Amino acid sequence: MNIEAFPRRLAKRFQLDFWTSGTLLLAFFIAAPLLAVSIFSLQPSGDIWHHLLTTVLSRYVMTTMGLMVGVGIGTLLIGTATAWLVTLCRFPGRRIVEWALLLPMAMPTYVVAYVYTDVFEFAGPVQTLSRNIFGWESSRDYWFPEIRSLGGAIFVMTLTLYPYVYLLARVAFVQQSVCILEVSRTLGKTAWQSFISIALPSARPSLVIGVSLVLMEALNDFGTVDFFAVETLTAGIFDVWLNMNNLSGAAQLAVIALCFVLLLLWAERKSRTNQRYFNTSTKYQALPSYQLRGIKMLGAVLTCLLPIGFGFILPSSILGYYAWNYYEESISHDFYSILSNSLVLSSLSATLSVLAGIFLAYGVRLQENPLLKSAARLASVGYAVPGAVLAVGVLIPMGKIDVFIQGFLNNIFGISTGLLFSGTIAAVTYGYLTRFLALSYGTMEASLMRVTPNMDGAARTLGLGPGKTLKRIHLPMLRGGILAAAILVFVDTMKELPMTIILRPFNFETLATQVHQLATDELLEESALGSLSIVAAGLLPVIYLSRTIRGTRPGAGK
Amino acid sequence: MFAVPNGAKRVRLYLGIAMIVMVAALTLGKTTASAEEVVNLYSYRQPFLIKPILKGFTEKTGIKTNVVFAKKGMLEKIKATPGAADAVLTVDIGRLHDMDEAGLLQPVQSKVLEQNIPSPYRHPKGHWFGLTLRGRVIYASKMRVKPGAITRYEDLADPKWKGKICTRSGKHVYNVSLFASIVAHSGEAKAKKWLMGLKSNLARKPQGNDRAQAKAIHSGECDLALANTYYMAKMATNKKKKVQREWAKAVYIVFPNQKDRGTHVNISGAAVTKHAKNRGNAVRLIEFLSGEYAQKLYADQNYEYPLKKGVKTHPLVDSWGKFKADTINLAKVANKRATASKLADQVDYNNFRPSN
Repeated sequence: MNIEAFPRRLAKRFQLDFWTSGTLLLAFFIAAPLLAVSIFSLQPSGDIWHHLLTTVLSRYVMTTMGLMVGVGIGTLLIGTATAWLVTLCRFPGRRIVEWALLLPMAMPTYVVAYVYTDVFEFAGPVQTLSRNIFGWESSRDYWFPEIRSLGGAIFVMTLTLYPYVYLLARVAFVQQSVCILEVSRTLGKTAWQSFISIALPSARPSLVIGVSLVLMEALNDFGTVDFFAVETLTAGIFDVWLNMNNLSGAAQLAVIALCFVLLLLWAERKSRTNQRYFNTSTKYQALPSYQLRGIKMLGAVLTCLLPIGFGFILPSSILGYYAWNYYEESISHDFYSILSNSLVLSSLSATLSVLAGIFLAYGVRLQENPLLKSAARLASVGYAVPGAVLAVGVLIPMGKIDVFIQGFLNNIFGISTGLLFSGTIAAVTYGYLTRFLALSYGTMEASLMRVTPNMDGAARTLGLGPGKTLKRIHLPMLRGGILAAAILVFVDTMKELPMTIILRPFNFETLATQVHQLATDELLEESALGSLSIVAAGLLPVIYLSRTIRGTRPGAGK
Repeated sequence: MFAVPNGAKRVRLYLGIAMIVMVAALTLGKTTASAEEVVNLYSYRQPFLIKPILKGFTEKTGIKTNVVFAKKGMLEKIKATPGAADAVLTVDIGRLHDMDEAGLLQPVQSKVLEQNIPSPYRHPKGHWFGLTLRGRVIYASKMRVKPGAITRYEDLADPKWKGKICTRSGKHVYNVSLFASIVAHSGEAKAKKWLMGLKSNLARKPQGNDRAQAKAIHSGECDLALANTYYMAKMATNKKKKVQREWAKAVYIVFPNQKDRGTHVNISGAAVTKHAKNRGNAVRLIEFLSGEYAQKLYADQNYEYPLKKGVKTHPLVDSWGKFKADTINLAKVANKRATASKLADQVDYNNFRPSN
């Protein structure tokens, strides 16, 4: 960015209208917990940095990078390849894998980690069977990949996180204009060349957002890496916070990890500053479908089945087996109220996140102002912070507001309200908004990017205000993106654990907390039914919405 | 879904739904508004363990209990929303100590508590109270370790055990607490040397929970492990999971350091928060937890050692024999937790590789 031009551009462009002030206020509201964490990080943290630098920090950083690179590449490959195959090719079972590819998303990653460890560890059935067959006695007699390792963590996370990339890639591919692809083919390019040179670059913003969501998720995860004994920065954050009782040191680590994410995002954006791809043609026809045959067909089927098999069918069958055998131990008498708690929270969270995401993305688009952009971006990086740390960030502003309201009402009216926000699900809902805005804002941003500004221009010239333009021009074009964002947030809220645990009111259980309290006592079998319920509750909306995305192609169904 | 002219309506519909759900949810979450007698608890202990005890409390006193179970961020929650919780229940001294240091607890004088709980296991001014003991012991392989072959924590660093020991993460609270007790007794330098020795004797990268260590002994990966007493009983009495009973059968318990300072013990405990709104009820609850009824349940259901004199331990726990517990002031151990955790970093404990 040209530094000198910055203030001038700011002065010229900045108009404090409804959208601008609204965007700023909303961004501030959502980023407040993140700011609270940053404030913690400004407090002195003793000699913690000397200690970390001389001991484990380099290992934490290397492990984190390894995890991010592994999971990033894995999810990008699987997500893009499957989305492309499903969108543009014909092969048997395509209609089913189209939505089935999303299923692993409904599996909480740490649960998949438990299941795979049970199966693949030294004492598990696979290794025991091999020992019996080959007559090996101890682990020194043979080599077997250690599931509790960085490789294991990459494997499991790739399996449960690739749907983020798949979903966004699919929305991008579904909505692309066939004309450019056709032109490319008439100019003599092969299908593969057209994919590389046309489809991929135009889907890049979506792919990047998908992968960055995956990376943030990998960075904030604690349950899985802890279970696999893989020490990432997040493990370090919790160690410093809880074992060394040093919250400011932990906040500093978290803020540094966050800056790292912001830097990555910025570098990526910088690298495509002048590339923007809009769908310029209004001529939409049914997407061409290449009928695959023979070895190609087999390859396509396998490419789609493997991630579904390892990410969903295998782990959920094992869970199903446990749930069947431990049914009496695991069924809770208030199961339905727990289920409804989960559903209410997830719908609420999905609705609020999508609304906020649309508002922010559109507000930023209207002004193209760097301040607004940064504010919105800051509000949507909460996803990269470990949930428990972010929850502490939520507690601070919430607590302040509560104490203030309580005091105010008590002094003026003599009413004792109790803790209005932190004592109700308002706190946890607010927490979800901070945590999951990245999902909805990112998706909205990517979808809006594909709408050419000429559309806005035309609508505005014809006398529509910004609000009307959004309603009549953008929203209809954003349907696919809105649905994708809603699925992502809904399912993620369903699985969310650390924030729910800390921010929920008294006597309030969700499916995830129910699974957690059994899982912390390592009662995997007893928690299986709960895990499966999370999956099942996420399943229907995922299938329904996924099928709807197909219909969101402009011109579809007309 | 949204046809073009419907966009505006749709947005309004969404907003409407959001508002309705929000209002419904707010009322749904509010449980503490009525005037009945309550006590609000933050608990590190899993609900299914304390539920029966709390039920007994409500039946006896008519005081309703509201509980949130969490493991991280409790201290910060108490700080941010003073008065929201009246009491905390923990499964380790570390958290109680941190809360006390942060000035979040208040002193309680109670004849009942002083009578029920021996003085090494409660704060001198009544800021916190231990309720039960759990020993951090050595699990040894029945097949491969002769009785008497290992008697002290210090022996774990003896090179003769090279490649034979399994532990969970060196950063887990239970291990950090044990390491801290070594620091408190022997000083930082010796503790570090010991930890290095222990690390070089490991059979595999530190991983899994306490049960997983018994499982590893059973499967032959290692001969010795560090674990808490009650897990042994939970595995041995597991009705449904035969494999866990087999893990338990493969090991026996060694209470370390019986001829000197005693076995390291940790407490599960309780405390009243500084801004408790239902202070009286909170004290009554802690008194109840230290009493005959609750102590018996702790002993029978979770196989812990009750602190109240005269309350019997579970017969299975009895069968391991009486042991001498380390009576060092637990606050002193808790004070060394940060040091212990840093030592684990310095020797790179969790980064063990078998080829070392």
